[in-house]
Amino acid sequence: MNRACLKALFSHWRRNPLQLFAFLAGLALATALWSGVQAINSEARASYAAAAATLAEGQFDQIIPPSGGTISQDDFVALRRAGWLVSPVSEGEVGGVRVIGFDPLSSPVNFGIDELEAEEQSLREEGVLYANPETMRGVEDSFDVPLRANSNIVLGITVGDIGVVQQVLGRTHLTRLIVLPEQPLRRPKLHDVTPHLDLQEASQTADIGELTDSFHLNLKAFGLLSFAVGLFIVYSTIGLAFEQRRGIVRTLRALGVPLPRLISLMIVEVFLLALVGASLGLALGYFIAAALLPDVAMTLRGLYGAQVSGVLKFRASWWVSGMGIAVLGSLAAATVQLRQIAAMPILASVRPRAWQMHAGRALRVKASAAFILMIGAVALGLFGSGLIAGFALLACFLIGAALALPVLIHPFLVFAQNHARTAVACWFWADTRQQIPKLSLALMALLLAISANVGVVTMVSSFRLTFVAFLDQRLAPELYVQVLEAKQAVAIETQLPELGATVLPLLSQDTEVAGQPTRLFGVRVGPTYRENWVFLEGLPDAWDRVRDGTAAVANEQLARRAGLWVGDSVMLTKDHRITIAAVVADYGNPLGQLVVDEALFHTLHPQIEARQFGVRTDDPAALRRILISDLGLADSAITNQSALKDISLQVFDRTFTVTSALNVLTLAVAGFAMLMSLLTLTDLRVPQLAPVWALGMTRRRIGQLELMRTVVFAALVCLFALPVGLGLAWVLLTIVNVEAFGWRLPMFLFPLDYLRLFVLAILAAIAAAFWPAVRLMCLPPAQLLKVFANER
Amino acid sequence: MNVRLLVFLLCAPITAWAQGFSGLGTNVEGFAVPSPAPVFNFPLDHGPHSDYRIEWWYLTANLKDADGSAYGLQWTLFRTALAPGEATGWHSPQIWFAHAAVTTPDAHFATERFARGGVGTAGVEADPFRAWIDEWSLEGPEFGTLDLTAQGTDFAYDMTLQSTGPLVYHGEQGFSVKSGEGQASYYYSQPFYQISGTLELPTGQVAVTGEAWLDREWSSQPLSENQSGWDWFSLSFDKGDKLMGFQLRQRDGTYFSAATWIDAKGGTTAYENGAFTAEPLAKTQLAARDVPTSWKLRLAERGLDVRVEALNRAAWMPLSIPYWEGPVIVSGTHVGVGYLEMTGYE
Repeated sequence: MNRACLKALFSHWRRNPLQLFAFLAGLALATALWSGVQAINSEARASYAAAAATLAEGQFDQIIPPSGGTISQDDFVALRRAGWLVSPVSEGEVGGVRVIGFDPLSSPVNFGIDELEAEEQSLREEGVLYANPETMRGVEDSFDVPLRANSNIVLGITVGDIGVVQQVLGRTHLTRLIVLPEQPLRRPKLHDVTPHLDLQEASQTADIGELTDSFHLNLKAFGLLSFAVGLFIVYSTIGLAFEQRRGIVRTLRALGVPLPRLISLMIVEVFLLALVGASLGLALGYFIAAALLPDVAMTLRGLYGAQVSGVLKFRASWWVSGMGIAVLGSLAAATVQLRQIAAMPILASVRPRAWQMHAGRALRVKASAAFILMIGAVALGLFGSGLIAGFALLACFLIGAALALPVLIHPFLVFAQNHARTAVACWFWADTRQQIPKLSLALMALLLAISANVGVVTMVSSFRLTFVAFLDQRLAPELYVQVLEAKQAVAIETQLPELGATVLPLLSQDTEVAGQPTRLFGVRVGPTYRENWVFLEGLPDAWDRVRDGTAAVANEQLARRAGLWVGDSVMLTKDHRITIAAVVADYGNPLGQLVVDEALFHTLHPQIEARQFGVRTDDPAALRRILISDLGLADSAITNQSALKDISLQVFDRTFTVTSALNVLTLAVAGFAMLMSLLTLTDLRVPQLAPVWALGMTRRRIGQLELMRTVVFAALVCLFALPVGLGLAWVLLTIVNVEAFGWRLPMFLFPLDYLRLFVLAILAAIAAAFWPAVRLMCLPPAQLLKVFANER
Repeated sequence: MNVRLLVFLLCAPITAWAQGFSGLGTNVEGFAVPSPAPVFNFPLDHGPHSDYRIEWWYLTANLKDADGSAYGLQWTLFRTALAPGEATGWHSPQIWFAHAAVTTPDAHFATERFARGGVGTAGVEADPFRAWIDEWSLEGPEFGTLDLTAQGTDFAYDMTLQSTGPLVYHGEQGFSVKSGEGQASYYYSQPFYQISGTLELPTGQVAVTGEAWLDREWSSQPLSENQSGWDWFSLSFDKGDKLMGFQLRQRDGTYFSAATWIDAKGGTTAYENGAFTAEPLAKTQLAARDVPTSWKLRLAERGLDVRVEALNRAAWMPLSIPYWEGPVIVSGTHVGVGYLEMTGYE
């Protein structure tokens, strides 16, 4: 009996291949977007976790010298002999490439060179350094030992045994000691062994994780949104299919199939179809990810100097999550329908319009659900705190808006109908109104997609605008110079002013202010700072106070985290209190920053000398030549402002390349939802259109009106998408971003972008409606006549 | 520490490690090779022999606390050379590693250290005697009077050792043959240490006393290619006699064995291949392998027929080179305690 029943159930799909296609394709698209995003996410995470691991940065505690100092080999031996399990690292730069020497025997990380073939001689005996083939290009001549290619090594570095690296760098001191995670029972205090060295805890160096979270938040939100849109498609397809199958259900039950068995079989059916759809989606997701991953890889490489392989590896995690969520999603969508079937009396009406009979009630239900969700969103906005609350707010707002859509469209159509002059117009509006319940899911999908696009366009463009302004402020000096030795620093300070350049030393020290890890900067207050720095809020004489050494400028991150604002005061050290004279925006930086005057900085940290300088000059090119030829600086030690700005902007644009690609895909999915809803409706519409046709309206006219109806719907959705999208952007910029990263972005509006988006959305809707309309136009009159012949 | 990297560093095929600490490769490029009838030069020979590939200072002790509970203790410093000779700084070809362990009847603590030669974090000096790696050390004014210390994440110990007898030489005056093909090492011991001190365990500090046994061995190629591992016993009997016996398991299922009988005054009798036999009685599954933890030992010429049982069968050393090492209890024709080391069980 099971077989016969299943055959009967499946016969529906055979007779309605379009619905089958809609079901499978909808689910496949949803799964594809979800799993594609997951794949990119997990790949990127794995890659920079590996990159962080290879560099041993952020992962382990480290022992570091005071700024500008070094660690002697005797310090290392003394620590080991005292029971501190540390591993030495010696670093430097040769030909613009970072050189890292480590001790393979004691190091907890291998800097990417563990894949060396066993038959090779030891690192030490060979006297070679290893580097990524890409890094090696063009720098081999700078090294007096052979470089060997190894593609596991992070870009931009060469790695080798500490003995070889010390030889290459011509020195014996160490730059840092990695503290191994496992330490012996009776380890003494660090300062009892080496009073002059400091312990830097792992968390203070974990920049990579914080930075990349912004990126992943973006991706994750889009993955979820795409999946929601996909589920809408599945839900509406399943709804239609079950609705149309009430006849089969009635027949089967009348033939004696018990209800529980019928329901189990339908669950099996949905499960099997979901499995097929999800598998297709996973394959598709793989291709999406593979196509986008090179961009992601480039983004992360640019942002963090971390190598992300551009090749996609198959990971069980995203595969399983994609499959699971697709199957569960379709079963959930089917549950609603199955419950209706279960509650249906055995010989209940099988008219397909039974679906719409409840429309009035459904509309009320939707309206109240939307109302509750909106109240929830407002409550979360007012009283919630934390990232989770931010996202919950976002979810309430979006779902509430989607549910409210049919309710809000309704009065517009009623208004239009009441003002219609002709009979055809009156019918058009009434008929449009009647379509709402059937189209509402597709319309909600479209609404979500368009609002997401509005939101993201607003967010990204606002970010970019602010970022460019910020770069102009912060990168005012024409040249930035990095020196390695004290005598070069002295030369810059004394010789450059003679050449008419202004030197702005940049002193920095990682410290803690008000319990927050903070980088303290010492600057030479002058016109550059006074003219270029735009404060979020500041005292009128902020720079004068900074210059006096009584005040400081805090970045927004520090100010928000420590709960400080302009006028508050904070202890810099045990006996040094300072006022916050201004708060400055510092986009994209995870760390707190506090800017004080050079003199005050020297008082606080007398041991630190400037190694970084901003240089104001009228002729950057000439000054650059002088710095290289006369002061012996390496070319790579000098950066000019426009190059720095270009790099920063490139990094920024790359970060959002993936976002915009996913935007387009989301819109495509929504368009597809529209198409599928309209296509499945075409058959249902025949009985409704036949009387109109019989009254003398041509099929061509009917088709045109169908197309027009779609445009009306799309336009109405766009109208609602604008406030929803702006609301989305507002939540992202002022709530989610502050919770996640500690800074708020000013929101700008981009009407032209929105207009372009709406035109695109309407075009997408027309494209989606075109085929169904053409099908109506070409409907054989015989089929329309049949409606009357078959009158049930 | 990445085992693969270690193997890579030592440029030895991985199978060699499975054989135990002596199986470092099968060629002796440039390294010195032990020759028969050695004449030792003390205290110099207590120090390192950098022209030989592998060398160790291997101390084991059977201990008891005030309540009579038994404990075992191990402290071993290994030296292995990538090339013969010594150089300064990171260019030294010498690599040091060490193992420390404490065994109680129901717990086993083990840990290891690695260090490069040449920079000062590990080494051995002969006079005054000083062997160290990081904060672990075995040192004293001379070889007979030593202080010992080591620690891991969950245990530590501080002991003092005093010898009460002479050094003893294994094989032919310290030339210990390890295979039918003539592979050999230099091998002498100080089995007459009285040891006392404190164990620091998660359960608290324990004052202990007992007997310790220090083995010194160095070579460049002690194992033959067809040998897969060894079972090594050092036993101290109640009447004052001692026995060192080992068997090397060969891939064809046969054994190469050797033993030294040490009387209470330090007089030795060496037994050649075959005289000493060791037969596993029961195996324990540890780290996914079957390791014999109960043995029947025989040395007919001494009327020895004893059963050797592990104090704690789980004395597995889960280190970069995994092996079994722990205190044992002897019963049968002779009664006493001792230590058992087993390597090469896969």
